[in-house]
Amino acid sequence: MSQLAAMLKPYCAAFRIRLQQNLQYRVAALAGIATQFFWGFMLIMILEAFYRGSDAAPPMSMPQTAAYIWLQQAFLVFVALWYRDGEIFRLITTGQVAYELCRPTNLYLFWQARLLAQRLAGALLRCLPILLVALVMPQPYRLPLPAGPGAFGLFVLTLLTGLLVNVSISMFIYILTFVTLSPTGSLLLIGVVGELFAGLIIPLPLMPEWLQRILYWLPFRLAADLPFRVWSGHIPVPQALAGWGQQLVWLVVLVFLGQLAMRRALTRLVIQGG
Amino acid sequence: MLYARYVRMVFRCQLQYRASFWMTLLAQMLVPFSVLAGLLMLFHRFKRLGDWSVADVLLCFAAIHMAFALSECFARGFDQFSQLVIQGEFDRILVRPRGTVLQVLGARIEFSRFGRLLLSVLVLGAAIRLADIQWTTLRVLTLFLMVTGGAAIFIGIFMLAAALCFWTLQGLEVANIFTDGGREMAQYPLDIYRTEVMRIFTFIIPFGTVNYLPLRYLLGLSSQTWLAVVPLTGFLFLLPCILVWRAGVRHYQSAGS
Repeated sequence: MSQLAAMLKPYCAAFRIRLQQNLQYRVAALAGIATQFFWGFMLIMILEAFYRGSDAAPPMSMPQTAAYIWLQQAFLVFVALWYRDGEIFRLITTGQVAYELCRPTNLYLFWQARLLAQRLAGALLRCLPILLVALVMPQPYRLPLPAGPGAFGLFVLTLLTGLLVNVSISMFIYILTFVTLSPTGSLLLIGVVGELFAGLIIPLPLMPEWLQRILYWLPFRLAADLPFRVWSGHIPVPQALAGWGQQLVWLVVLVFLGQLAMRRALTRLVIQGG
Repeated sequence: MLYARYVRMVFRCQLQYRASFWMTLLAQMLVPFSVLAGLLMLFHRFKRLGDWSVADVLLCFAAIHMAFALSECFARGFDQFSQLVIQGEFDRILVRPRGTVLQVLGARIEFSRFGRLLLSVLVLGAAIRLADIQWTTLRVLTLFLMVTGGAAIFIGIFMLAAALCFWTLQGLEVANIFTDGGREMAQYPLDIYRTEVMRIFTFIIPFGTVNYLPLRYLLGLSSQTWLAVVPLTGFLFLLPCILVWRAGVRHYQSAGS
């Protein structure tokens, strides 16, 4: 037991340091909050206008849609794939990654702990003010309370597991940088595709059925679409549990593939400079 | 003209890295493309947006994204102005015997931003084919003014945000609400939003004057001809922005060494 604790210690330390560092950026968080309020309002207004003008019943009620949008804005740092650690890119492109490799730790897990802390810090600073204000907004902009205690519990569970899934997806951007040496392309491609497939541009249930069927098989929606719909009860508790199982399976697959890709990239790595 | 020389020089410069240039250009197309995909998917499900059809909204989308792409390409210097101030580079600009606005504009021109322009032109072509517009000279002029007037508004906002750097030194992220946010908002006709929001974005930041007002004339929903030239308000918006900029330059104290 104490051996396991000793093994995990460096990763916990990396996590704690990053968390404290990123909690310093309070002004940036304030700007983020203002932007996300604006964005949330705008998206709800657009969807509301579409709902109002249509005879067909929308696949998601207006309060459920409001919940979807506000949770998305509050936890944007959890779910956005373009939210990145520029320092890791710098480490890779300048060759300083050699120092990281000297550490007697697994680089994959080390970076994952660091990325996790960064996202947690970003969300901790932003989510509470957004959620609190969204809860007392006038209708139809109000964020409804969770559908029930079970739904709320599963929301927290799927949100946190989803965060792990998302960090594991984002690791591939960093691993690809070992090969391409410039993060711009892969960051943009994975970022844009991920944004659309996670339901951040328009909610997943509003997409055409054929596309939804494909997206349910991909991991991108697990961090965003799943927990947000669990909160409002649009995904009932039994299906939410199944969704959590899906998250765990994807997590294992992604971490396994990521470690494999990382090892391959590192064996072919050439450090330049002295 | 000096600015034309700036443009030619920067263009040649950027074409030196040919592969990188084309790749960035393509990548720049991708971002608005996903937004466009979202818009089309919403129309696929709901068919209409109030009184507006998909062709009407696509016209709106194309006009505002063209305006944004133009402003982002040519006014990028203002967008990244805080760096010039922090590094003290603005001193160099002040000692040259030319206007500050011109030099800041010329400091950065990014042609790779034409990716967005390219996509918007394609969307515009599709929208014109879909929409049933009775073309007249005045209507062509209206469309032209919608794009250029919109670009003037974006440039004005970029300038305002840059001018504030003279006081704050830091770039203000919040300005993105009005540039990126304004673009996202004005890709739909503004009258779908709440009345207060529509008023703010018509009378204070005049996005409405390049958006739903001229659109009504363009589509023949209104026969009032003043709507055809109302996008000129976008150029009027530039005037106070230039005044604030001038005041900022006078207030400037060098931060560099």
